[in-house]
Amino acid sequence: MDVRFINPFIGSVKNVFKTMLATDIIVSKPVIKEHDEANADVSAVIGLSGDASGCVVLSFPTRTAAAAASKFAGAEMDEKNPDFADALGELANMVAGHAKANLEGLSLSISLPSVIIGKEHTVSQSRIAPRLSLPCDSSLGRFAVEVVLVVEKKPAAVNAAPVPAAVGA
Amino acid sequence: MKILLVDDSRTIRNIQKNVLAQLGFKDVVEAADGVEALKMIGESKPDMALVDWNMPNMDGITLVRKIRETDKQMPLIMVTTEAEKRRVIEAIQAGVNNYVVKPFTAETLGEKINATLAKAGMAPTAAAAPG
Repeated sequence: MDVRFINPFIGSVKNVFKTMLATDIIVSKPVIKEHDEANADVSAVIGLSGDASGCVVLSFPTRTAAAAASKFAGAEMDEKNPDFADALGELANMVAGHAKANLEGLSLSISLPSVIIGKEHTVSQSRIAPRLSLPCDSSLGRFAVEVVLVVEKKPAAVNAAPVPAAVGA
Repeated sequence: MKILLVDDSRTIRNIQKNVLAQLGFKDVVEAADGVEALKMIGESKPDMALVDWNMPNMDGITLVRKIRETDKQMPLIMVTTEAEKRRVIEAIQAGVNNYVVKPFTAETLGEKINATLAKAGMAPTAAAAPG
């Protein structure tokens, strides 16, 4: 996976949480996540299609998800609240949308969000591709932004020669 | 002045409602997609609309084009995560009057609403002194 495609997601999650939740995010070094590794209680998923395909997943423990949804909505809520999934889905939508605008050379579309709630579930993808996980720390708790991006069309060169795959494969 | 909020996220509509209330606009109607919005426009005759792009059933760009088939005047603001220049151009060509990229601050959204109303010759008289 091209490193150029990771930085937009780091910038995006910081921007979205700062702007909408007044919360600073510290993003640690990305790690490759194994396909069947389960550790999320709440996953907000956005599909990506176009010049590349894949997905963006905001992966939360329950407590962090509740804290983020509550801060975003301006009202205390837990996973039983009907607006819980809506709030987290919209956060994922913003993170994916803001990042895709900065994915140089790629024209992408994003799907409507899906939110999965269940203790220590797994979000699997149908295609074998490295999934990068960006560990995020905040006053709301820890969570991760996971990104899978398989380029279907060679991106247009922007300012520099194409960067070879830096992670995975 | 009646304002229509069109977004499939109730959280976002609530945030927008709070911003509008701070600006003095209390008469708000809501729709969760383009189909609902068209129905709401027929029933409620809003004076202005804030429209999301990505929604189920009918997306925002289709909604804007449909509104403009019959109404060239109603101020329309696209409020969306779609931030690429080509998307902004597409929306303007479809007939939006202004464009707000998510994530947005309350200040940014408020400024865009007031600027859009002013340009449309609709002084934001509903904006009695914010609290």
